[in-house]
Amino acid sequence: MPPLAQRNLFHDKVRLAVTLTGIIFAVVLIIVQIGLFIGFTATTSGIIDHAGADIWVGSKRVPYLEQATPFSERKLYQVLAIPGVAEAQKYIVRFSDWQRGDGRHEGILIVGFDLALRYGGPWNVVAGRMMDLKQPDAVMIDTLYAAKLGVARPGQTFEIQGRRARVVGFTEGIRAFTTTPYVFTTFKNALGYTQLREDQTLYILVKAKPGAGLQALKRRIAERVPGVDVFTAAEFSHLTRSYWMFSTGAGIAVLLAAVLGLVVGIVVVAQTIYATTVDHLREYGTLKAIGAPNSFVYRVILKQALISACIGYVAGMIVSLFVVHGSQKGGASILLPWPLGVGMFGLTLLMCIIAAVVSINKATRLDPAMVFKE
Amino acid sequence: MKAAIAVRNLTKIYSEGPVSVKALSNVNLDVQGGEVTLLMGPSGSGKTTLISIMGCILRPTSGSVCIRGRLVSDCGEKELPRVRLDHIGFIFQGFNLFSTLTAGENVELTLDLKNIRGQAAKRRAEELLTQVGLNEKYHTFPADLSGGQKQRVAIARALAGEPDVILADEPTAALDSTSGRAVIEMLRTLAREQGRAVVIVTHDIRILPFADRLVHIEDGAIKEDTATLHEITRLQPSPPLGERVSREAGRVRGGGPPGCFRSSIAAQPLVFRQSLFQPGRCHEERLDPDLACSNRSFQRPSLDEPQPWGRVRESCD
Repeated sequence: MPPLAQRNLFHDKVRLAVTLTGIIFAVVLIIVQIGLFIGFTATTSGIIDHAGADIWVGSKRVPYLEQATPFSERKLYQVLAIPGVAEAQKYIVRFSDWQRGDGRHEGILIVGFDLALRYGGPWNVVAGRMMDLKQPDAVMIDTLYAAKLGVARPGQTFEIQGRRARVVGFTEGIRAFTTTPYVFTTFKNALGYTQLREDQTLYILVKAKPGAGLQALKRRIAERVPGVDVFTAAEFSHLTRSYWMFSTGAGIAVLLAAVLGLVVGIVVVAQTIYATTVDHLREYGTLKAIGAPNSFVYRVILKQALISACIGYVAGMIVSLFVVHGSQKGGASILLPWPLGVGMFGLTLLMCIIAAVVSINKATRLDPAMVFKE
Repeated sequence: MKAAIAVRNLTKIYSEGPVSVKALSNVNLDVQGGEVTLLMGPSGSGKTTLISIMGCILRPTSGSVCIRGRLVSDCGEKELPRVRLDHIGFIFQGFNLFSTLTAGENVELTLDLKNIRGQAAKRRAEELLTQVGLNEKYHTFPADLSGGQKQRVAIARALAGEPDVILADEPTAALDSTSGRAVIEMLRTLAREQGRAVVIVTHDIRILPFADRLVHIEDGAIKEDTATLHEITRLQPSPPLGERVSREAGRVRGGGPPGCFRSSIAAQPLVFRQSLFQPGRCHEERLDPDLACSNRSFQRPSLDEPQPWGRVRESCD
């Protein structure tokens, strides 16, 4: 078939540029918004997902990670006595107050874990060693928040809830959704920084023995340990994500922006494809007059839309990759996992097909007798 | 022999709300292969409606259309494109070429619809462009072609479908006289040599010498269906023509005015009445200026020799 669709598309370069700009805008906006959503989601549950625990035991009706109520450490021993539990540790995630060297206060989230068990601690440690946390009052923070907390280098000391804290290392890329920095320390230090009693804990993290079914183990813990909620790590991660993304409305706002990008993209592409179709209406009428079936006309218009989609997608992805790369050093993480990239291609095609429907409708309703009217 | 295209009792009524307009009324017409037929008549007379129905792009209110004996006016909407593709070639006043495709690709497009693709389509398109004298213009875009060349590309495109009938709507209206003549000669050659029926809707009386038949439509009905100068002189050279000259001249001037414009009057009585003599004015328009200087004797222009192709207006009052 002679390249009618391609030629019509590339003939008017200004209109093509407008079409592609619309698609690129839509692709970038959708990628950024969905990437932000994924990034936020991953951030809200980052501590749970990286803790390495199989089961989380928290206070009754705990709504999300940061909102637990203290309970007695005796429950740790009850948990350890349950068959299928390989090991368990007390764990703290709680808001506290950081005082910078210049006297300013910043909210922080203390993460206290059992250093001896080697799970539940920080990851991506880029300065210092995990074992440095053994030192009294030792803490680790993320480089992303070093400036916010007034930390220039390891070894500096600050105050948390009026207690001394010394930065012994840095992690990289551990973001907090609320922009309240995580500060990692041992469970023992965390008790002091969060003003919990020594016989209290906020969570019990459980490692299951190999072969122990997580659901079965969860049920056993729930049956034998009263006054707590028990979750698998995946369930607790989902609970926390759902809270931050949907209960607070933050996720809805981000998703709405993504939908808005899609709508704007459809409108821009539909307008330009429609204008191109109207420009070539007489040609489509001629096509029909000389014997082309409607399906032939569909194909020409659809082909234009799909070519626009492919070019717009590639250009949009290139721009998006730059944005995503740039976000890695910022406070908000935009993630672009490959399924999003593939899904975005499908969405771009769909967007352009929907945009072409109006034009197809116009062209197929065309009366071929128009060709005799000058 | 079956007519290339035959219409019977054709009526077309356009309705819009309570208003109905009868565009065609009980039209009967047979067009044979190898014949060049002109459809002439004033604006709004129903020419375009007739050609649209003959071309299967408009449905009649009643009546039938047969192409090579096949009743096509009853075909379903999905069949009609195929009927058009297989039997009808269209040529338009405004050429209607695809501006973003080259001349060759314009022709290939019709071949593609007939499932002829790739090298076969390219070869065939080259042949067709050669046939219309544009073999060098395969890769040229319509914008870079003259009007006459565009219309020849349109003819090549129409021929790509191997049609039985070529329907041309004012094919010379947008062309200068030289290009118009070339296009009309080409259409006549197609009729003569390839046996295709050529139907031309036109207001251009310069075409008359090339036509075999003139169908005059007025108010949606065929008023006269006559052989043209060419056909008349071919069949019955002198006496009948002379009689008609006198009769037509008498009607106009009341006694036979001098001037050999009579020849064109005689050959085209309908055109004469319709186009040349408006109420209160009288002038003539001739096909061949040489006729005006032929000492009052009629000389049939030779269609086989090059002739001046010009329009001469001359007051006769």
